[in-house]
Amino acid sequence: MNREAPVSPWAWSIWRWPVVIAVLTAVGLTAALFSDGGFGDALAGACLAVPVAVAAWFGWIKR
Amino acid sequence: MNRNALKRWSWIHKWSSLVCTAFMLLLCLTGLPLIFHHEIGHLLGTEVEAPAMPADTPRASLDRVLDAARAQHPDRIVQFASLDEDDDNIWFVTMTPTPAPTDDFRSVAVDARTAQVLAQPRFDQGFMWVMFKLHVDLFAGLPGMLFLGFMGLLLLVAIVSGGVLYGPFMRKLDFGAVRRDRQPRLKWLDLHNLLGIVTLMWLFVVGATGMINTWADLLIKYWQHDQLSALVAPYQGQPVVKPAEQAPAQVGLDAAMRQAPGMKLAFIASPGTAFSSPHHVTYFLRGTEPLTSKLLQPVLVDARTGSVTAAPEPPWYLTALLLSQPLHFGDYGGRPMQILWAVLDVASIIVLGSGLYLWLRKRQPAAVADDELAVRGMEALS
Repeated sequence: MNREAPVSPWAWSIWRWPVVIAVLTAVGLTAALFSDGGFGDALAGACLAVPVAVAAWFGWIKR
Repeated sequence: MNRNALKRWSWIHKWSSLVCTAFMLLLCLTGLPLIFHHEIGHLLGTEVEAPAMPADTPRASLDRVLDAARAQHPDRIVQFASLDEDDDNIWFVTMTPTPAPTDDFRSVAVDARTAQVLAQPRFDQGFMWVMFKLHVDLFAGLPGMLFLGFMGLLLLVAIVSGGVLYGPFMRKLDFGAVRRDRQPRLKWLDLHNLLGIVTLMWLFVVGATGMINTWADLLIKYWQHDQLSALVAPYQGQPVVKPAEQAPAQVGLDAAMRQAPGMKLAFIASPGTAFSSPHHVTYFLRGTEPLTSKLLQPVLVDARTGSVTAAPEPPWYLTALLLSQPLHFGDYGGRPMQILWAVLDVASIIVLGSGLYLWLRKRQPAAVADDELAVRGMEALS
């Protein structure tokens, strides 16, 4: 769980997943603006499910 | 980032969050039922439904529709009329004592084909109205809206500063690590960081668009000053056009629709109301594509003659305001998006609650030692 040695607070290893999740969220929020029940809505659902799933997995499911 | 910078960001995060947390908790809690206001309306039986008729049933003239509403409230005037977003067989007519903005309004739902009154839903009372008012202006009108907008700004500061602090606190931890086997404070610190970072983009967008929405009244007023004042210059000195002096509403509607073929009517604003000029009936039209259906094109129709005066391109700030509405409401991606919006809202409540808990526990020696560890680690790196 813990790293052996401390790294810089801006290290890519710290920010990799937060950046991926933020980009997916932005894609999801934008995609549904261009869709009315079509692919954009499905993409939005899939993208916005990622932060929810990640939070549920690390916060409550994984022990 | 050195020790001083870390302390500065911690101070910014602590105080921006502490000041807005109580209000943000209120907004998250009242926002939860608002995400499902259509569904709750159906359950409560307050949603209006038009009877089934053949698709080619001719539509009643707008004047008959407005007259039906006026007959219910002869002491009031028509302020706005709008077509139901999901069923354009239903008109909603808003009746108020004067054209001025007010919470004292009555809504009359009228069948667009028969001009029969379908219902008089009370949007100004009941559970959902209380949730709505607490969410929008704390029952305090424009000052309440602007106050909540300022709280929204503090939330954005808290989100940014929280993001900056995420790095130092995660230097020794893998992504998603939650230290359950030690003190409860560490578990909640890790959960606060985890939920905070995964919801960061969503909460930033919802917070920023919510803040923009609190400026709606001011933006509309500015639009009137910025764009409409030139258009109403020829009418200078004339009083607000009274209902009896107005051209037939259907004539104005037809003229407005001819101006923008292929668009649909969103709503109509009477002379002297917040969304019109004293001398025009303004018809707000929207597009039929997914994106353009969220934008509005105003068409100003001379209230006396029923002819189009102008159809000014909406300025960028009104477009930004209109786009910020779906991004705040989460009502533009179907049921899955509504459910995800609600779950993300609950996650934000946990972030706020855990932040408060961490602050309350912070004065304990163990917590101070933990923060000192983060600071010392930063010094070792810098």
